[in-house]
Amino acid sequence: MAPALGFLICGGAMSSSQVSYDSQPPQLSGIGFARWIWRQLTSMRTALVLLLLLAIASIPGSIFPQRSQNPLQVNEYYQTNPEIARWIDRASLFNVFSSPWFSAIYILLFISLIGCVVPRTWEHFKSARALPPITPKNLERLEEFHQFSTNWNESELLKHASSELNRRRYRLRTLPDSIGAEKGFIRETGNLLFHLSLILLLIGVAYGSLGGMRADVIVSEGETFTNVATSYDSLSTGGLFSIDDIPPFTITVKKFTAKYDLVTNAPIDYRLDAQVVDEPNKAPRDVVVKVNKPLTFGDARVYLQANGYSPIVTVRNSVGAIVLRGPIPFLPQDGNLTSIGSIKVPDMQPQVGFVAKFLPTFERTVERGGFSTYPEALKPVLDLAAWSGDLGLDSGIPQSVYRINTEKLTQIGLDALSPGQKWELPNGVGSITFDGFTPWVNLQVVRDPGKAYSLVGAVLILCGLLVSLFGRRHRIWVRVSQKDGDTIVQVAGLTRSPGLDEEIRTLVAVLQEKSEIGKEDNVKE
Amino acid sequence: MSKSDLAFLSNDLIYASMAICALAFLVFAYELAWSIRLGEEKTTLTRRQKVIRIAQALTILYFLLLFAGVVTRGLSAGRVPWGNMYEFSITGALAFTLAYLVASLKFEVQWLGILITFASLLTLGTAVTLLYVPSAPLVPALKSPWLVIHVAAAIISGGVFLLANCIAAAYLILEQVEKKRAGARPEWAVRLPKLETLDQLSYRLVALVFPLWTFAIIAGAIWAEAAWGRYWGWDPKETWSFITWVGYAAYLHARVTAGWRGKRAAWLCLIAGSTFLFNYIYVNIWGTGKHTYSGL
Repeated sequence: MAPALGFLICGGAMSSSQVSYDSQPPQLSGIGFARWIWRQLTSMRTALVLLLLLAIASIPGSIFPQRSQNPLQVNEYYQTNPEIARWIDRASLFNVFSSPWFSAIYILLFISLIGCVVPRTWEHFKSARALPPITPKNLERLEEFHQFSTNWNESELLKHASSELNRRRYRLRTLPDSIGAEKGFIRETGNLLFHLSLILLLIGVAYGSLGGMRADVIVSEGETFTNVATSYDSLSTGGLFSIDDIPPFTITVKKFTAKYDLVTNAPIDYRLDAQVVDEPNKAPRDVVVKVNKPLTFGDARVYLQANGYSPIVTVRNSVGAIVLRGPIPFLPQDGNLTSIGSIKVPDMQPQVGFVAKFLPTFERTVERGGFSTYPEALKPVLDLAAWSGDLGLDSGIPQSVYRINTEKLTQIGLDALSPGQKWELPNGVGSITFDGFTPWVNLQVVRDPGKAYSLVGAVLILCGLLVSLFGRRHRIWVRVSQKDGDTIVQVAGLTRSPGLDEEIRTLVAVLQEKSEIGKEDNVKE
Repeated sequence: MSKSDLAFLSNDLIYASMAICALAFLVFAYELAWSIRLGEEKTTLTRRQKVIRIAQALTILYFLLLFAGVVTRGLSAGRVPWGNMYEFSITGALAFTLAYLVASLKFEVQWLGILITFASLLTLGTAVTLLYVPSAPLVPALKSPWLVIHVAAAIISGGVFLLANCIAAAYLILEQVEKKRAGARPEWAVRLPKLETLDQLSYRLVALVFPLWTFAIIAGAIWAEAAWGRYWGWDPKETWSFITWVGYAAYLHARVTAGWRGKRAAWLCLIAGSTFLFNYIYVNIWGTGKHTYSGL
């Protein structure tokens, strides 16, 4: 029974019972204890529990807002429940997927998988060249046991059984009174491929986040972006990323077109026409970037992620000299691109700042104030509140470009401008002109050197899964013995996959048929 | 025919399919009630089989009407009808019913019809009352060939997962019923498959469709890499599809390696299936991620 049992245990998938260990740590110190820990960690039960833990640990990441996906919502949480938010933050629940406890689970899973799968792969490699196991003593205890008697010659019958099993691509071990046959090594191969590919996938994910980078930049229509670290608005890099890995391309945003559905106001199409220079001194080429069509530069890609409006304003001081001119990106607040922003003019005495709202299709109600009713600029209006005093730009504390800290400022007036209109600020401070507006796009530069590994891993996972789920592994034994002049034939098998009953039934039928013919031959003699 | 005519036609077809589905449900229910009252006499058995056949024919008619409704919805928008939750729901009901009809060709699962028609009615009812949005073009992120591949794989796997769950639920109910009667079945349940058959069937359905679900996730990741700049970002939808994947992986593991059968396996199957439903309902409507296409 021993080999048969062994097959049962490692039949479908990995099993913890392969390695026998005590559930209590042994009273050993040093190496013994380390070995015990290693065996616990690399048992399949542990791997499964870790996988389940990983699933459970990811749940809070879908309940609490995540900094990586939605930093604004995290800030909102802080504003409404500052005390609770602080506790949530202490448990890393706003950064679940980069938290120490989440990392701990997947690093342990990674180690556990390696410790579990690699030795098994070696075992499988060795057993692929081994003969099928010796025929168990009591075949009647196995599955699909069949027995019949015949007066045919024992060795002839075994020969027929071998050729029949051979034809069905079983590997055979021939013994004096029996044969052992085995088929379906591919099932375990698929199973191992699946688990090894999981490791490859994890390597791809890890390599991608260590050697990768992600950066955002807002570019208004007509502007040119050069891909160097200083031109990004935000940049996050992995530990192994070197700044020299950034390819030196430039992108000129020529034209951005957005189309919207007239009924639902939902976007239908975004299209960015741009000119690209891959490397300095190379010829420029024209490209079209869409949401599902990023630009590729080596292993970096550039995505069209968001868009909005930059109002173009000219600010003049008390003597009429221009102190600020140009497009200023505003931040969209809703689907109709109601956008907020700030215009900071530090070069005036005293300093002036405008808290502003850009409304592409202007509407105003008493309750809501000014807002936009359509994302295209059909009736653009710039709502302005002018403040004067100290903008706090020299305090050294970083400020949002979209907001103004009005603590040290006093409001000096309110106005709403249409394109071309000019507002003379009170007390002869100066003036502001709303010259027009231009769209901006948010380009995201992403480098992920691990994604090819992840993709290969994922595809192999699927292949391994298919093979291990649908590959069929059977073992069949045939034994002959003598009793009262007759030959007793016993057939039985062992399997974890469906179809063994069919296999054995046809084998028995073939042997019976053959022995019928054999009988007749004997009679003739 | 103009696009808005097609959209109206689609609505009419969906309503008609619901009416037929309700009728099929009533016939299934009638047959069940009859069998409970009269028991398993031979004469009534053949007549009851006729009733079952009528109910199945109605289910096929319902399926065809729903199919036409889904197709015209797609034509009215000039795209595959998988742009919002209303459309996911009607296509989901279609996939679910198709899984049942195909399975009933090979296995003895006609009796499941009462559950299938009831679940379909519930899905379609929710779709037309709560989830309905007018037919409209796709948002830019959805404009990709991956829409067809990813969503088709996800809908089909969802339909089959739910079917496997119905069978697992039927297992648990029958198991309870048999337990009360010390292993014997009440008359209405005699013709239903044996417990082992149900157990095997739900396992086979899960094993069959688990690779497809894996594929749906991989296809989604490839698409996300092109549309959102990363192949995996722990968006709530991604997180929950991963949880569903782990749930069913644990189920398959428990069956193959640890030899789980029967009650424990059925419960595990139901837990994994409920994460799928949670993902579909909660994340689509109340979630905050990038997959919120319900349009509500």
